[in-house]
Amino acid sequence: MGMTITEKILASHAGKDFVEPGEIIDAQIDLALANDITAPLSLEEFEKVGAKGVFDPDKVVLVMDHFTPNKDILSAENCKKIREFAAAHRITHFYEGGNCGIEHALLPEQGLVVAGDLVIGADSHTCTYGALGAFATGMGSTDLTYGMVKGRIWFKVPESIKFHCYGKWPKWVTGKDLILHIIGMIGVDGALYAAMEFDGEAVSALSMDSRFTIANMAIEAGGKNGIFKVDGKTVTYMNAHSKKPYKVFESDPDARYRQVFEVDASKIELNVACPSLPSNVKSVRELGDVAIDQVVIGSCTNGRIDDLQTAAKILEGNKVSGGIRCIIIPATPRIYRQAMREGYFDIFLDAGCVISPPTCGPCLGGHMGILAKGERAVATTNRNFIGRMGHPQSEVYLAGPAVAAASAIKGRIAHPEEI
Amino acid sequence: MLIKGRVWKFGDNIDTDIIIPAKYLAMTDPKSLGEHCMEPLSPSFHEKVSPGDIIVSGSNFGCGSSREHAPIAISALGIPLVIAKSFARIFYRNAFNKGLALLEADIADSIDGGEEIEIDLSSGVIRWRDMEVTAKPIPPFMVELINEGGLINYLKKQLEE
Repeated sequence: MGMTITEKILASHAGKDFVEPGEIIDAQIDLALANDITAPLSLEEFEKVGAKGVFDPDKVVLVMDHFTPNKDILSAENCKKIREFAAAHRITHFYEGGNCGIEHALLPEQGLVVAGDLVIGADSHTCTYGALGAFATGMGSTDLTYGMVKGRIWFKVPESIKFHCYGKWPKWVTGKDLILHIIGMIGVDGALYAAMEFDGEAVSALSMDSRFTIANMAIEAGGKNGIFKVDGKTVTYMNAHSKKPYKVFESDPDARYRQVFEVDASKIELNVACPSLPSNVKSVRELGDVAIDQVVIGSCTNGRIDDLQTAAKILEGNKVSGGIRCIIIPATPRIYRQAMREGYFDIFLDAGCVISPPTCGPCLGGHMGILAKGERAVATTNRNFIGRMGHPQSEVYLAGPAVAAASAIKGRIAHPEEI
Repeated sequence: MLIKGRVWKFGDNIDTDIIIPAKYLAMTDPKSLGEHCMEPLSPSFHEKVSPGDIIVSGSNFGCGSSREHAPIAISALGIPLVIAKSFARIFYRNAFNKGLALLEADIADSIDGGEEIEIDLSSGVIRWRDMEVTAKPIPPFMVELINEGGLINYLKKQLEE
């Protein structure tokens, strides 16, 4: 019986030749991640159990990205606690201030995750690293404490669902439109507990940045992880960013899947997820006139250089519509510098955008762009739940960077062809 | 173990931003978190709910973020149990790690808010009015973990050995 890529990575980390869906395994982890809102609870548990140290100071990553630059006294106290913990336990990868970016853009960029790795993170979007052919999944702070101390944790081997994507991509359509299309098709619990595996010629044609976007939102369909086959683009990315040895796993031809979906990329349109679920997906063309107050281009979903380049292409020579705030958030310092060097900052500033330091900030209604009662935003982020970006009576429409930039110019949700 | 309580009913896809909005996540104190539980849907939920009350919900309860603040906020109000048609994966692990019991049963459409409900946690039998439903059994591995006193006690024991 064959295995999927997800099953193979889990088996190899559990010291087994074979695993099957439903099986509970105890597996070694390659990396344990927490951030400034999940680490504090984790450190409380760490103290409670009386642990003397972490399993490997090189394999614990602490990223102060959510409420930073610290939004209030409580946030500052949390970061202080974590900073002291990192120093006391000689944590190699502690990120704060000038070296800090949004965790799921930062870790691959810093070369901390490579193909074949098993990563757990106290953040639901940890599934992003599946774009590299790694198994990565989100857990809570208590599970993270266990992993951080023991270097292992229990997993239930998930069933896999395959999305085989073929056909040529229409202009402007990217990974965000594909993943919104899929979530719209299967629902926010359509992949509950399952691994979402993406393959096919249309997936091979996608950039690494688009693949990160897709894997990132696997959790929005209830998925345990999203995962991609390693190809030339993955290897080029890893060689450019990491010195860590990687291991390539591939699904067997006779691997078992709970479901297989055939997706024709040529039929995918520019999509938007309307309030208040990521599955409430419509194409921009069928949406009608939706006036907006704010645009956010950033986050662990779409704050990478490809996204900023797309936004710059559309905003160049244009102005953000009167009364609209357009906030651009490069996800990491490296992306920030590259965008600046490519001249995107001039384009954004000339258009009347605000450029924010790397932070998760407004995505989760933390700070740096909160919505008032009755306000509406188009955001390249990942969730549009009730009150996600501010007041419970504000609304978030999720889209890719092309639609977000076009909407900023028009003051309503717009297609880039209108510009 | 027998639990009796009054039902608070919620719908499908109750996400973690409803259970505890992210703007409160710099707090770790259970009492403060409880004061904002379910706030976007029911701003004074913490005042209306009484210890021992039970949440009954539809599918995919706890979807969204990995924040453990969510089960902590529910437990802080004295709610011992959530019954839902299904639970999101990360929330499921977190709740058991934090001592909040969860049962999977599709009863939300047949019960009203405010009704009295009785649950036998060991057998999973749920009774209200003249109705009786048996919840999906808790996976044996989770039962073992609960018998060890939860993940953190299990870890503590290992470290003491």
